[in-house]
Amino acid sequence: MRDRIVNSLQGHAADYIEIRLEETRITRIVYRGDRLEEVGRTSSLGGNVRALVKGGWGFVSFNNINKLLDKVDLAIRQAGLTAKEDFKLSQTEPVIDIVANEKSEPMNTPLASKKQLLDEYNDIILTTPKIRTSSIGYYDSQRKITFANSEGSCIEQTKADINLRLTAIASQDGQVQQVGLSIGSPGDFSAIKGLQEQVKQMAQRAVELISAPQAKGGEYTVVLDPVLAGVFVHEAFGHLSEADHVYENKRLQEIMVMGRRFGDKSLNIVDGAAVPGLRGSYKYDDEGVPATKTYLIREGTLESRLHSRETAAKMGEKTTGNARAISYLYPPIVRMTNTYIEPGTLSFKEIISDIKEGIYAKDWYGGTTSLEMFTFSASEAYMIRNGKIAELLRPVVLSGNVFVTLDNIDAIGNDLQMNQGGGCGKGGQSPLPVANGSPHIRIRRCLIGGS
Amino acid sequence: MKEVLSQAKKMAEHAEIFQISSKVTPVHFEANLLKQIQSKENVSTALRLIKNGRVGFAQANGFIEPKTLAEMAAETCEFGMPAKFDFPKPKVYPKIETFDSQIDNVTIEDMVKLGEQLIASIRQHTPDIICEVSATKGIISVDIINSEGGEASYSKSFFNLSLEGVLIKDEDMLFVGDSHSSCHPLLDFTPIAEEVIKQLELAKRNVSIETKQMPVIFTPHGVASSLIAPLVSAFNGKLVLDGASPLKNKLGEQVFDKKFSLWDDATIPYQVASYPSDDEGVPSQRIPLVDNGVVSHFFYDLQTAALANTQSTGNGSRHGGLPTPSPSSLVIGKGNISFRDMVRDIKEGLVVELLIGAEQGNILNGDFSGNVLLGYKVEKGEITGRVKDTMVSGNVYQILKQIEAIGEETRWVEGFLSTPCLYCTGLSVTTKMR
Repeated sequence: MRDRIVNSLQGHAADYIEIRLEETRITRIVYRGDRLEEVGRTSSLGGNVRALVKGGWGFVSFNNINKLLDKVDLAIRQAGLTAKEDFKLSQTEPVIDIVANEKSEPMNTPLASKKQLLDEYNDIILTTPKIRTSSIGYYDSQRKITFANSEGSCIEQTKADINLRLTAIASQDGQVQQVGLSIGSPGDFSAIKGLQEQVKQMAQRAVELISAPQAKGGEYTVVLDPVLAGVFVHEAFGHLSEADHVYENKRLQEIMVMGRRFGDKSLNIVDGAAVPGLRGSYKYDDEGVPATKTYLIREGTLESRLHSRETAAKMGEKTTGNARAISYLYPPIVRMTNTYIEPGTLSFKEIISDIKEGIYAKDWYGGTTSLEMFTFSASEAYMIRNGKIAELLRPVVLSGNVFVTLDNIDAIGNDLQMNQGGGCGKGGQSPLPVANGSPHIRIRRCLIGGS
Repeated sequence: MKEVLSQAKKMAEHAEIFQISSKVTPVHFEANLLKQIQSKENVSTALRLIKNGRVGFAQANGFIEPKTLAEMAAETCEFGMPAKFDFPKPKVYPKIETFDSQIDNVTIEDMVKLGEQLIASIRQHTPDIICEVSATKGIISVDIINSEGGEASYSKSFFNLSLEGVLIKDEDMLFVGDSHSSCHPLLDFTPIAEEVIKQLELAKRNVSIETKQMPVIFTPHGVASSLIAPLVSAFNGKLVLDGASPLKNKLGEQVFDKKFSLWDDATIPYQVASYPSDDEGVPSQRIPLVDNGVVSHFFYDLQTAALANTQSTGNGSRHGGLPTPSPSSLVIGKGNISFRDMVRDIKEGLVVELLIGAEQGNILNGDFSGNVLLGYKVEKGEITGRVKDTMVSGNVYQILKQIEAIGEETRWVEGFLSTPCLYCTGLSVTTKMR
């Protein structure tokens, strides 16, 4: 197979060609209430060819891996139609390597054990008084990707991913409230074990929400827990640091100029697939570029951004190994990996002690961004009154403007935690495994939607 | 497919094979210039088994030995849910036009030209705008066979043209956009250009707004981005069955305004969400969900319908796994008030064109809350400019209970929703203090 790929790359009239073949196995288990709705397996085999001619790209994806040469020709023809001017990708050393995944447990764990664990969690939710129903989605995957390009790289990588989302749903008098919990890991099944206590609390909170009041809309001082602050840093800043939003946009380049101050000196934001052991970790990205750890913001000022080989070349900056594709159906685009705010020095108590009235928001439902404006939502929220956590609130949606909000962070905790649940969506490619993290943070004047 | 069926019959009492193949050609423009041309071919084969009364499932994308697929599915039967349904026997399907052979005659050059013309017309109005445009054409074929002799098969063509533009002034970003989809080729760029230019005109000036309750006009894009997610979940037969829908036990009751009607309709000719057969071989229908404010049906697949002692509504849809109830095209009935008259009626209010993040609230309860990515302020019957740093929150059951007015024109948005403008009252608008 490897020889066939390498041979197909030889002697073409293109500036660059790459071929990727992928074999994937997925197991999915879905519960709704006491019904086990789905136990299913998916097996995929496919690949793609991407070709670059004078700055224009052609991309061909397929299931039938025969006649690779025809696909290479088609990709080059398409690239030729988009060709504009001479252009060279950012230089990287060709790599020949085989990367095995040391944690291939999802495939080795029997279906019966997976089901047993999920049954146990589901029982905990459903036996909680006043719980109406539950929803559980479990997913694991193992992918083997063979990548080669016309510059001599040939890389075989095996990757695993596990994702679990549990939701408890309570209802009374036509009111429906839900609380969710998301956990994931890059293949280590034990990461989703031992959640019994968390699941129990989650179900109890869904019941409590039925009688909880809704926050009054307005500007508040908010404290985010590490999970929600991780979603915040991903949405509020991470996407803006993806160079594909910036590299063809002069105006945005003027705004996102290196050295620009975004926040206080204590603010440091990092992204890196080279940070080991997380869902966004890997050795090489989907263009065969080695992973790095990148300071997006150091001591409050913009230091670098996330690149593919194309965006790095166009902007004259260093590659960071952030080109990722969710599967062979898509070309790689600039994506985040493991994104987090580095810990500061304050304890949680110190962070909330001088807040007269504010909101403590925990855990996530979701988040999205337009680059400038972002929203993200907490599944658990409390009022803070006179430096103490007070009454429980219905879930809140928070919103802000990236150019203002980062500068409104005025306290950073000492308790960094990484969140491995969920996934990221961009350009129709979703969900991509990523990790987000942060210590507790405090933000002044954050906009909260409400009654 | 026949080979998979015969292998499957050796391992289980009942079996069904669903195969979908697609060929899609997207042409992408980035930063006003042609960037990438793609060609994507995909075949996937899904096998559903019923063995000892339990459902098993496996799917293969790309080639797989029929026996291997059957073994994968059989292995999951032991753990699968008890089957409450039978695979459909041979059926007569409605004749629904979803294929236009003209799609084959559209060349990549035609699509490139279409994108260039669209971008040129927007830049003629606003030279500094940066546009991303996609023109996509595709053909899909669906084939279903089962062990009861049921067979369904159809082809669909589709074409989509979409534009997203961003205009940056200092640190202010303005996002505009529109898209159109059809089973016919769409070779006229002007409807999108006109809509986007209208947005740019209305958003020329930024104005401030106060935090308070006020009336809101949701444009068709506004309806899609604010109100649809909670409604879709509430009418999903599965959520009704679980008691996770506030509409459980509300069948036949007046829950919405008398002026409000909503259908799920898979039978509209040449609409991209139409089909003669759903993904498990049930003939498609037009289902009234809300009839003049009265909750009249929920939508179901086979298994959920059987559990709820009712019939499938032909809404079994696959998203990489077993079929599950999903809407086809949603249609909101039109009213008799013009957009102009709605605006004239408002002393102080908001027009919502696009809300982001609205689906992140507790949609099960009908709550939504999002940031106004594109919206205009109304003062004394006139649109005065664009609002920013503003959130809109509400509950669909409260705001659709008494609708001020429904627009006289409808349009398709996102390829699956046909809706007029909805003029609603009592929404919470929250904004940043200056």
